Amino acid sequence: MRVWYLLLALMAPNAMAAWEVNMRQGVTEISHAVYDLHMTIFWVCVAIGVVVFGVMFYSIYHHRKSRGAVSDDFHESTKLEIVWTAIPFAILVVMAIPATQVLVQMYDASDSDIDIKVMGYQWKWSYEYLGQDLGNGENLAYFSNLATPRQEVYNESEKNPNYLLEVDEPLVIPANKKVRFLISANDVIHAFWVPDFAVKKDAIPGFINEAWTNVPEPGIYRGQCAELCGEAHGYMPIVVKVVPEDEYVAWVENKRQQVAAARGITPTVASK
Amino acid sequence: MSAVIDTHGHEDHGPKRGFMRWVTTTNHKDIGAMYLWFSLAMFFVGGLFALIIRSELFQPGLQIVEPEFFNQMTTMHGLIMVFGAVMPAFVGLANWLIPVMIGGPDMALPRLNNWSFWLLPFSFTILLSTMFMEGGGPNYGWTFYAPLSTSYAPPSVTFFIFAMHLMGVSSILGSINIIATIFNMRAPGMTLMKMPMFVWSWLITSYLLVAVIPVLAGVITMMLMDINFGTSFFDAAGGGDPVLFQHVFWFFGHPEVYIMILPAFGIVSHIIPAFARKPLFGYSSMVYATSSIAFLSFIVWAHHMFTVGIPLVGELFFMYATMLIAVPTGVKVFNWITTMFRGSMTFETPMLFALAFVVLFTIGGFSGLMLAIAPADFQYHDTYFVVAHFHYVLVPGAIFAIFAAMYYWLPKMTGNMYPEWLGKLHFWLSFVGMNLTFFPMHFIGLAGMPRRIPDYNMQFADFNMVASVGAFAFGFTQLLFLAIVIITIRGGKKAEAKSWEGAEGLEWSLPSPAPYHTFATPPEVK
Ligand code: HEM
Ligand SMILES: [Cu+2]
Ligand SMILES: [Cu+2]
Repeated sequence: MRVWYLLLALMAPNAMAAWEVNMRQGVTEISHAVYDLHMTIFWVCVAIGVVVFGVMFYSIYHHRKSRGAVSDDFHESTKLEIVWTAIPFAILVVMAIPATQVLVQMYDASDSDIDIKVMGYQWKWSYEYLGQDLGNGENLAYFSNLATPRQEVYNESEKNPNYLLEVDEPLVIPANKKVRFLISANDVIHAFWVPDFAVKKDAIPGFINEAWTNVPEPGIYRGQCAELCGEAHGYMPIVVKVVPEDEYVAWVENKRQQVAAARGITPTVASK
Repeated sequence: MSAVIDTHGHEDHGPKRGFMRWVTTTNHKDIGAMYLWFSLAMFFVGGLFALIIRSELFQPGLQIVEPEFFNQMTTMHGLIMVFGAVMPAFVGLANWLIPVMIGGPDMALPRLNNWSFWLLPFSFTILLSTMFMEGGGPNYGWTFYAPLSTSYAPPSVTFFIFAMHLMGVSSILGSINIIATIFNMRAPGMTLMKMPMFVWSWLITSYLLVAVIPVLAGVITMMLMDINFGTSFFDAAGGGDPVLFQHVFWFFGHPEVYIMILPAFGIVSHIIPAFARKPLFGYSSMVYATSSIAFLSFIVWAHHMFTVGIPLVGELFFMYATMLIAVPTGVKVFNWITTMFRGSMTFETPMLFALAFVVLFTIGGFSGLMLAIAPADFQYHDTYFVVAHFHYVLVPGAIFAIFAAMYYWLPKMTGNMYPEWLGKLHFWLSFVGMNLTFFPMHFIGLAGMPRRIPDYNMQFADFNMVASVGAFAFGFTQLLFLAIVIITIRGGKKAEAKSWEGAEGLEWSLPSPAPYHTFATPPEVK
């Protein structure tokens, strides 16, 4: 069955998102910068490849014994060695400049508008909104679990398009705000990865790592744990719901009440 | 290989007969052959595990294995291929070839040599037996990051540690032996800068091994202490540091990946000149490039850890150093290509494998360069893009070089030529199968599929299916290699002393098959 689908897809490659061959550009300024770096280094490699493989295939074609080629004897040239050490070196120095700039930007998590603590567990994530008091000094926090039913995993029912990339409670953040993630783990190492934000940071027990994003467009963005963390490593997705700011404020308030009520805490009035 | 059995009696003494010959042998050709057979056996075991992985990943959903067993398969596949297939194959070639290449009678420490080999079957028997223990075998990845491999590991982890220690002792002893041999057993006139490239590359590799295997031993001993003796090196709850594990592991691990490729560089530097009928271009530059790669390989380890949250300056340092390592690697490629230029090339099986090596290893180098760009690595890390990268450097890199070496020196080992058309068939099937398997992995990685997962969203389905088809094609093709080796041992066209028109080096001055003992009196090297 799938084989036919595969053949079909081969015939109409553009119609199938599944034949995607390149990195996604993502939705943030950083993810675009990363994508540009990726494309730059890719084209640098292609250019070097064309030259190197070009010379190689030229020799393979022209300098073959069956075409009567007689071998030369040259086998040393300090000049050449210097040239092909210096040129790649120069290319890399040039490449290092934009890479450094983007890295510096990615590392600058200062002046955030919102701080969220992300904890990895075997095998789920928890999100804690710092400063959103439930009324007893604890912050608003909840777990986010895989929502895909077992029947889909065991092929007993049709898989939905978000198969393995869906959760019961997504992480909710506002658009156009600098959101800082403070990332750690409770048991083993996990990694928090949202490709569309170009955010990937390991969640390590005993450490708090920082990452940040600022998403201009509301939407739903999906990622997965990116560090082997045991049996259900493939089953702890990340779903981020980005909403306009007013909606976010309302959501936080509502969620605060809801979580507090569920835990029998009397919630305080909206903090800000 | 074992065809040396036929050569007994022409010298003052030949090998013993029967099983005890192999247990007690101190002959470098016997030991080399045993290493090679062991490696081939492990290659099939590791390959079987890979096919189980690819079967499960043929389609989304769980069909064949459960996630827990899947993790054991990815872990064991990696461990067996790295430590059981690639490394022993290179050590086997070193054993067989280094003494005959430098004009020495045997390895410098022949009894140690026997022990180095015989540790391996025990080590890997223990490793494989863990899969039948309570809780299963290693399921924490071949990089066995703590605390997944310590506090959260199945109880068999202690056996895993023991197996790794045995393997490490074997590697250290083997490399000490190689260093001692190269420094002490060279024929008069064989100065260092006259040594064949394979010998040079192994000299450098041996130093890497002697330097980093003890680091591996250290890290697994710390694990052992954490698991069984109540320390908390890697346990955050006890004040330990899980990141320390990764630093120590990769201080071993990155040089380790070069341990798996430098001997391949050496092999290719013999084969390309032989079939281009032209001396290796830039011999001394090759020696210096290999040495610089070895040196730089000690200061790039944290490129495997760009996402663990090392400070900005650290991140920058490791990014620059990693980019730098591409320079000497490039120099080697340029030298090989200039060796071909204005040569007189023919394309027998060893050359086909060597040419594919140059092209496909370079592609692996390109993806390495992409991975070196730290901000971009945030997107690539722990995805199939990394899987594509290291399979491009290891399969058509290390493994194709091993095949090339086997076809090139098999006539010397067995006295017979392999059937050329079968060799070429093996090459082309491997070439197609390998690219079909690993090229699409670049795409699924970039599309966002994490590595080491048993199941995935449908958006990754199509290329996964292609990769699985390719894997089966590649895997079954390797049975052909086994058949070719057996056919060649049993008969075939008699090989001449100099089996290849353009072959250079002392080994080709010996008859084919090479006698059981060679260069009892050293040759004169001009
Ligand atoms: C141009 C030279 C190379 C560069 C710049 C390079 C760079 C890198 C980088 C940055 C990574 C980390 C990727 C990540 O996890 O995000 C990596 C992974 C890896 N590389 Fe390379 N590499 C090069 C050559 C090689 C060679 C020659 C080998 C072995 C023969 C090799 C084997 C590996 C392996 C096995 C891994 C993955 C380890 C793991 O996480 O399981 N690389 N490489
Ligand atoms: Cu995980
Ligand atoms: Cu590395």
